[in-house]
Amino acid sequence: MDRPPSDIEALIELMARLPGLGPRSARRAVLRMIKKRGQLLQPLSEAMVKVAATARECVNCGNVGTSELCAICADPRRETGEICVVEDVADLWAMERSQVFKGRYHVLGGTLSALDAVGPDELRIPRLVDRAKTEEAREVILALNATIDGQTTAHYIAGELEALGVRVTSLAQGVPIGGELDYLDDGTITAALNARKSL
Amino acid sequence: MIEWQDDGALLSIRRHAEGNAIAEIFTPSRGRHVGVVRGGGSRRLAPILQPGAQLSVTWRARLEDHMGNFTVEPVKSRSAAVMSDRAALAGLSAVTALAAFALPERAAYPRFYAQTITVLDLLGTSPSWPYAYLRWELALLEEMGFGLDFSTCAAGGNANDLSYVSPRTGRAVSRMGAGEWADRLLPLPPALMGEPPRDTSEILEGLRTTGHFLETRLRPSLGERPLPPARARLIAALSRL
Repeated sequence: MDRPPSDIEALIELMARLPGLGPRSARRAVLRMIKKRGQLLQPLSEAMVKVAATARECVNCGNVGTSELCAICADPRRETGEICVVEDVADLWAMERSQVFKGRYHVLGGTLSALDAVGPDELRIPRLVDRAKTEEAREVILALNATIDGQTTAHYIAGELEALGVRVTSLAQGVPIGGELDYLDDGTITAALNARKSL
Repeated sequence: MIEWQDDGALLSIRRHAEGNAIAEIFTPSRGRHVGVVRGGGSRRLAPILQPGAQLSVTWRARLEDHMGNFTVEPVKSRSAAVMSDRAALAGLSAVTALAAFALPERAAYPRFYAQTITVLDLLGTSPSWPYAYLRWELALLEEMGFGLDFSTCAAGGNANDLSYVSPRTGRAVSRMGAGEWADRLLPLPPALMGEPPRDTSEILEGLRTTGHFLETRLRPSLGERPLPPARARLIAALSRL
């Protein structure tokens, strides 16, 4: 089989670097785009050029958007006095999918690491403390991963906010919706039992 | 194909490519051993692969000096017991990070392994864990060849009223032997000599002394890499108790 021309090959190589795509699936995706040039390739390339020029980090929360303040921070209806702290923009998007939380977010950009030199200053923790003060937050919700590093970060933030007198909460840990006890690891069962509630 | 099976405590885990992970596991017969866990980043395995977890592992490789692959089965999770306790969580991170930092690869330390498992099991389940942690740091120094000597006074040879540690030799010094040099010596709280501590401040004093030798002896021997920040966070968490 002939090798594809070099521009197309370069596109395939770039696509193959994306998460979830390998060389074979990148090749299929590129071929599909070429076949649907008007419906896919052209609009996609235009959208990518536009996003490459405008995408930036929100100066307030660390979310990604196309202006200095992201859509959530710019929306006055989301000024509820609640700040939800997440590790990454992907977590913010996951929270937004649920459409339950109506306040604002704060993206840390990682977690404190036991081994690597990732300290509070490498994350956006000092900025969070500033925001809790200036935005007069009533509650800071720590929606961090239930991992050792995630919870270490949560405890650290709780300690930093202690002096401000703001209410600090964290997401519950336990049995996922649709989960069967038989398939859960013992750590999850322990957490669920510790967080049991009256019915 | 080379293959062995053992139980061990997970010291660290790092994502490798999209779905895999590289695990460092401390086992009694093989010491600190590294290997790839296929699917270690998956939803099924990620909750099991938390630092401190006790795992049953099978390691396979074509040659002895290859990194090889681990197949893991959970034995005991320790993360749930410490998640809600700031100090115990910091303790677990400090134990796993310091062990990963200090232990040479593929060298067995069966006695130190047993001490590590003891302190990991106490975290979040017994109020005596800070004392066990302090003893564990002493054991780490000893296993790495920097053991401290609290048997007699370095200045006079007697075994009474030992109150300080010489920062240079790591030997105990009595109150009388210290004399006007006392403020230049490190504290020797009874907890360092094996007596249960009265309070957390005694543990913190002990950690100041072990910390000095971790910094000035162990760290230079490992190429001047900085000590894992998890230890400083543990001290901060204990200071708040």
